[in-house]
Amino acid sequence: MKISMTVNGKPVSAEVEARTLLVTFIRENLRLTGTHVGCDTSQCGACTIHLNGRAVKSCNILAMQAEGADIVTIEGLAKADGTLHPMQEAFREHHGLQCGFCTPGMVMSAVDLVKNHPNPSEETIRAELDGNLCRCTGYHNIVKAVKAASAKM
Amino acid sequence: MGDMNSIGVSVKRKEDYRFLTGAGTYTDDVTLPHQSYAAFVRSPHAHAKVKSIRKDKALKAPGVVAIFTGEDLAAAKVGGLPCGWLITDVNAQPMKEPAHPCMAQGKVCHIGDQVAVVIAETYDQARDAAELVEVDYEVLPAVVDVVSALKQGAPVIHDAAPGNSCYVWALGDKGAVDKAMAAAAHVTKLEFVNNRLIPNAIEPRAVNASYARHDESYTLYVANQNPHVERLLMTAFVLGLPEQKVRVIAPDVGGGFGSKIFLYAEDVVLTWASKQVNRPIKWTAERSESFMSDAHGRDHVTTAELALDKDGKFLAMRVRTAAAMGAYLSTFASSVPTILYATLLAGQYTTPAIYAEVTGVFTNTVPVDAYRGAGRPEATYVVERLVETAAREMKLDPAEIRRRNFIKTFPYQTPVALQYDIGDYEATLAEAMKIADVAGFPARRAEAAKRGKKRGLGYSCYIEACGLAPSSIAGALGARAGLFESGEVRVHPTGKVTVFTGSHSHGQGHETTFAQVVASRLGIPVDDVDVVHGDTGRIAFGMGTYGSRSLAVGGTAIVKALDKVVNKGKKIAAHLLEASDTDIEFKDGVFTVAGTDKAVPFGAVALTAYVPHNYPHDKLEPGLNEQAFYDPTNFTFPAGSHICEVEIDPDTGITKVVNFTAVDDFGNIVNPMIVEGQVHGGLTQGIGQALTEGCVYDKESGQLMTGSYLDYCMPRADDVPSYKVGTKVTACTHNPLGVKGCGEAGAIGSPPALINAITDALGIREIEMPATPERVWRAANSNKKA
Repeated sequence: MKISMTVNGKPVSAEVEARTLLVTFIRENLRLTGTHVGCDTSQCGACTIHLNGRAVKSCNILAMQAEGADIVTIEGLAKADGTLHPMQEAFREHHGLQCGFCTPGMVMSAVDLVKNHPNPSEETIRAELDGNLCRCTGYHNIVKAVKAASAKM
Repeated sequence: MGDMNSIGVSVKRKEDYRFLTGAGTYTDDVTLPHQSYAAFVRSPHAHAKVKSIRKDKALKAPGVVAIFTGEDLAAAKVGGLPCGWLITDVNAQPMKEPAHPCMAQGKVCHIGDQVAVVIAETYDQARDAAELVEVDYEVLPAVVDVVSALKQGAPVIHDAAPGNSCYVWALGDKGAVDKAMAAAAHVTKLEFVNNRLIPNAIEPRAVNASYARHDESYTLYVANQNPHVERLLMTAFVLGLPEQKVRVIAPDVGGGFGSKIFLYAEDVVLTWASKQVNRPIKWTAERSESFMSDAHGRDHVTTAELALDKDGKFLAMRVRTAAAMGAYLSTFASSVPTILYATLLAGQYTTPAIYAEVTGVFTNTVPVDAYRGAGRPEATYVVERLVETAAREMKLDPAEIRRRNFIKTFPYQTPVALQYDIGDYEATLAEAMKIADVAGFPARRAEAAKRGKKRGLGYSCYIEACGLAPSSIAGALGARAGLFESGEVRVHPTGKVTVFTGSHSHGQGHETTFAQVVASRLGIPVDDVDVVHGDTGRIAFGMGTYGSRSLAVGGTAIVKALDKVVNKGKKIAAHLLEASDTDIEFKDGVFTVAGTDKAVPFGAVALTAYVPHNYPHDKLEPGLNEQAFYDPTNFTFPAGSHICEVEIDPDTGITKVVNFTAVDDFGNIVNPMIVEGQVHGGLTQGIGQALTEGCVYDKESGQLMTGSYLDYCMPRADDVPSYKVGTKVTACTHNPLGVKGCGEAGAIGSPPALINAITDALGIREIEMPATPERVWRAANSNKKA
């Protein structure tokens, strides 16, 4: 079936199978490989994107359910000139990433977190990030980064 | 030019921009022209005979390109997976090495064992068709734990290993230990399990293999920590291919923690099959496949005793461990519970006599191999649980008993084969106690008690052997490989530099740390140095990254190459400055004639090397490109003190880590930000082992009960605290950077600190890891009658 949506500001459309997951559509059809797949039970959050302004695990939704939606992936977060979003910049500044695999999902979740909790406490950040697994950083510097970014967003 | 020296500076990482913008290239991101996709048919049984495999229905499924089984591999004479470390047992016999086929040859030995591979036009088609492959199994009795596997009458997994024993291996002076134990004023004895863990790098393993008919070459993209080792093992020992015809690329790799060191069956099968179908084939593990096919870690059952005199001085230690190998020997499986375990049982202490006996045991489980710390967390758990328990039994302060036994003079020869070059254990402990505010703990405990909560404090003073390893020593101990590293420094005509290293970064930040080392030595900006890793086509050779070895061994190889660059640069400068080589000094990026103001900058020397118009051609080749290999002369010995403070709610059994302090001695530090990050991550994995993580197999069916993130409890952001970390520095004496390694320390030191804190809080002697709320609640309420 044919689907159409806006991804990172550009209209896209494609023929997909009904069972195609949104993350598969993003990675395989659009070749936007910044969105990652780390599990098969929607636990790890590496595939988190923004759908109509909300953080959503894109492995947990069919591509056809995103018909007409406005999608932003990690590739669409920085400015067109390459300037990083304050959350991306804070992750860099505070060493909130190591291998980088969970990072796109973590950043997309964190942006949504700060939108919903403009001045989050450490406790709030930790609670709100519990849908995103990181095996490298021990979360310590991610928490610092989110806190720092919240002051600049 | 002084600001060019960035050693000790938290330079922001060069690799971050690509990871933060989705521009990283992991193996699954690589899609090649004419790409095909693979799915594996895996055993649903822990132990079974494979009576027949019917492929006909699957072959007719849409998009299927080919299906291969173990029979096809056998017909093509594809070998089994090799083990890289030969352990010789107590009777001077070699360990038992049963065949480790890449796909089942008549039998499966664990849940997830490979039975067939289906190659199709898309992932979905490959997976759909895999479900149509009909395998007729005759289920055999299975055994999944080491104690049952060693019992008489247990199901035998391999005919080549009667009694499921791979080896019984020992280290130390048994007679001296027995004698000291018999005469001791006090003996503390503990029996415990070191729980089986599943590494769970967030990037699943992935392979993309292709074959080029025109020159009979293969290219393999693979999520791997040591591409040259992967290539060597695969070409020389399994597929019999010419090594130069195989290029292994480990691009961006999403975490490893040991689990991506090994040569896996899927890597071999795809490489071989890419020639058969003459197309690139990609396979990426689903997470459920990772759980049942990535090598697991730990899984020890141990009895340990510590003998002390009346003043708490350690006299002897005796350790008996049964260590799971799993169903087959993974690449370095045999060395982990032996060479990397028993040699660390001296810890930071002067215990004069130590004896360890280790039985390697086959079980119907996923193979066990190195996982962050590899043997050293298990050793530290033995030592630090014994020490803390002994202190309590003898009514000594746990810090004081450690101080009484610390090694204070170096070099120190342990009774278990290692020679520590340097350390200052009292200083790290004192600093940790200060940061953790141990003095204020009684007040905090009393305050918590008022709220109905139980607070406890636990110590762990760990040591590890890193910087693996002097090849000759490793070889004498059974290693079937060298353990050196290579580095190449390519100075371009403009004075910019590309460094090629055999180390591999999968989160550790080598692109930044190594650039800092090079930039500081050459007196150029960090931005002028790029680091290339992870490609056998671009890098001469490498042993890869594991065992916290990259900076100590890989970094030293680069330093050796830098020395050659500077030496050649001096000769070029001498020619330009019309001076003698021996009068040239190099500092802050400038060659000068000693005692004069005659100088030529590094960039001008580089340009001269490539535009050699005015050049000493009679003495020197053009160009400025140097290579070095470095084989370490000793292990490095990072050590530190961890102090954990927990608060337990006895009504729910929930343990909260309220304070965790780690003070580590990693030797000199190049980038403190990166080092702290390594510690945070290691601590969280250690806390995971102690509190939340544990692999569970059903004893009856052999089924993997923890086969997804729904069942295997990974630590999440709200399970762990913010950490307090500090460092003390004693520079390593035998490498030029004075560095020791920091990657594994957090995972090594933290589990016993946490368990010591929980047992302190509850006033109990032992609790099994992971100390889940259920176990803690039962322990907290065990004195109450139901």
